[in-house]
Amino acid sequence: MESGEATRPRGRLYSGGPIRHEPSVVLGHDRPLKLASGVELGPFTVAFQTYGRLNDERSNVVLVCHALTGDQYLAGSHPVTGRPGWWDNTVGPGRPLDTDRFHVLCANVLGGCMGSTGPTEIDPATGKPYGMSFPLITVADMVDAQARLLDHLGIGQVLAVVGGSMGGMQVLDWARRYPERVFSAIPIACSARHTAQNIAFNEVGRRAIMTDPDWHDGNYLLYGTRPSQGLAVARMAAHITYLSDTALHRKFGRGLQDREHVTYGFEADFQVESYLRHQGQSFVERFDANSYLYITRAMDYFDIAAECGGSLQAAFVDTPVRYCLISFTSDWLFPTAESRDIVHALNANAANVSFVEIETDKGHDSFLLDVPEFNAILSGFLDGVARHRGLDGP
Amino acid sequence: MNDQPASNRESGRAIGQRVDLQLIARMIEPGARVLDVGCGDGALLRHLVEHRGVDGRGIEISQAGVNACVRNGLSVVQGDADTDLEDYPDHAFDYVVLSLTLQATHNPRLVLLELVRIGRRAIVSFPNFGYWRCRLQLALGGRMPVTDTLSNPWFATPNIHFCTISDFLELCREEGIAVERGVALRHDGAAVGFWPGRFLPNMFGEQGVFMLSRRG
Repeated sequence: MESGEATRPRGRLYSGGPIRHEPSVVLGHDRPLKLASGVELGPFTVAFQTYGRLNDERSNVVLVCHALTGDQYLAGSHPVTGRPGWWDNTVGPGRPLDTDRFHVLCANVLGGCMGSTGPTEIDPATGKPYGMSFPLITVADMVDAQARLLDHLGIGQVLAVVGGSMGGMQVLDWARRYPERVFSAIPIACSARHTAQNIAFNEVGRRAIMTDPDWHDGNYLLYGTRPSQGLAVARMAAHITYLSDTALHRKFGRGLQDREHVTYGFEADFQVESYLRHQGQSFVERFDANSYLYITRAMDYFDIAAECGGSLQAAFVDTPVRYCLISFTSDWLFPTAESRDIVHALNANAANVSFVEIETDKGHDSFLLDVPEFNAILSGFLDGVARHRGLDGP
Repeated sequence: MNDQPASNRESGRAIGQRVDLQLIARMIEPGARVLDVGCGDGALLRHLVEHRGVDGRGIEISQAGVNACVRNGLSVVQGDADTDLEDYPDHAFDYVVLSLTLQATHNPRLVLLELVRIGRRAIVSFPNFGYWRCRLQLALGGRMPVTDTLSNPWFATPNIHFCTISDFLELCREEGIAVERGVALRHDGAAVGFWPGRFLPNMFGEQGVFMLSRRG
C-alpha cells in the first residue's frame, strides 16, 4: 500500500449540484505518476466502485476497464443520470460478472470526469481547474493509475481484467505490462492500435468541441460556459460509429418523427435525427468536453506494436495470461480483423487464448447490450478461469 | 452461426462413443501441452483437460463449435487448419491432434507438415477410403460410399481429399514424416494389426489413427 494516502470526499459540479463520487482515494503524494509524456502527476485522485464481496485471499477480483464515455458506475443507479449503470445487465448476482462470486472493481479513468483526476479537477498548484494545462495522458497512464489503486487496496493479482472498446485497450495494456498481476484478460471489441479511421472520427469530435465559441480555449469553467453544442455534435457523430447500418435501419428506417410528412425544412423530420439529437443532449448533461478531448487523444496514441519495436508478437512473449478475445460481426469501428491480428500475435507465442466472434447486428455497442451469446461466453470463460485459479463454484 | 462444426464431430456426442478419440486420449500422457486442430465442440479437449490434466488448446473453423467450447471454459480460437497453423512457433506443443479433419482440408500435405512442425508429435485420424465397404459400394454398387465415418452424400460432404491408409503412409514417407505408431480401427472399434503389411488394415480399417513426428 502507498503510505500517506487518505480517502477523502470529493465534490464535482454537474447538472447544477455537487455530486460526491465515493469511494475515491488520493494517491501519489510520495511517488507521483510518471506519465508517458514525461510529466509527473501527483497527487492524483482515483474514484472507483466495487460490487460483490472480496474473499479472504483477495483472489476473486474482476477488474473492469470502462470505455471512452463510460465510468465506474457499472450497476445500480447512476448518481448523475439516475439511470442504470452501463453494465447493469452484465454485473450482478447470477449475471456473467457474478457478484455472488466475484469482487467486481471499476475505476474512473485518469482524465475522466466522474471523480478521478482530469481536466475539470482543481490543479493544486494554481487553485483553478486544470483545463488544457492538464497533461496529455495515455491508455498506459490510465492503467498505471489503476495499478496504484490496486496497490492501495492490497490486491496483488486480479482474477480477470475485462473491458470493451477503450476498456479493451486497457485490458491489453494490463496484460502486456503487468502480466504477473493479471490471471486472465478479456479484451472485447478493441484493437492493438487505433486505426486511421478511428483517429479520423475522434478528430471530427474534437474539432466540434474546440470550434464551439463556448469552449474558450478549454477554460470554459472560468467563463461559466460549457461547449455543449460542440460536445453534442461530437457525441452524435461518434454514436453513429457505435451502431450498424442494419441496426439503425431496423430501429428507425426512414420513419418520421411525430409528423405525417416531411416539413421541407431542417427540423428533425426523421426519427433517426431526433434520436441522435437526444443522444447528444443527454450526453452533455453527464460528460465533460475537455475530458472528451483528453480521452479520445489517449485512444489515438494507443499502439502496442509501436511500443515493442513494431512487432505485436514481441509484445506478448512468454505471456502467462489466459486470454479471451471477443468481437462482433457488425462492429465496423473495431472490426473482427483487429481482434484476429491480436490472436495471431498471441498464437505466435503459443499463448493460452480463446477467440470468439459473436454474430449480432448491433454494432460496436453490442458489448453494452443484452446479447445472450456474449453473456454465455463471458460466464463460461470466467467460470473456467475461476476453476483454474482454485475458486469454489457459485 | 447456424453452421455445424465442419470437422466430423457430432455436437454433444461424448468421447465414450468415439473409439478413435478414446485411442487418441490414451496416446497422450497426463500434463502434456496439446493443440486440438478442428476440435469441434471440444469433446476430446474437455476429456483431456478434465481426465488427463493436459494444458489444452483448440482451433475450430465453425463459430458454433468455438462458442460451445469457450462457454465450457476451454481455450479455443476460431481458425482454419489450412491457413492459421503457420502462426504457431516450432514445437510449441507436445501433441497436435487432427482427428477426422485431414480429409476436409484444402492442402492436407501442408497441414501434415505444419502439424509435425508445431508439435513434437502429431496424432492424426482419418476415414480410410480403402475400407472394404467403401470399395464394395464403389466397385459393385457404382456409387460414392456412405458409411458411419463418411456419413454425408457426395454433394453435401465437407470432405474433399479422401485417401486410403496406404496413400497416407506413402505421403508420410515422401515427406520425411516418421510414423511412430499406427492403428487401423475396425467398424466395431477393434484394432487391425499392421503385421505382416498394410493390406489387412487398409482393407478392414474403417479409420486410421497415426502418431507422427518430423524425421531427423
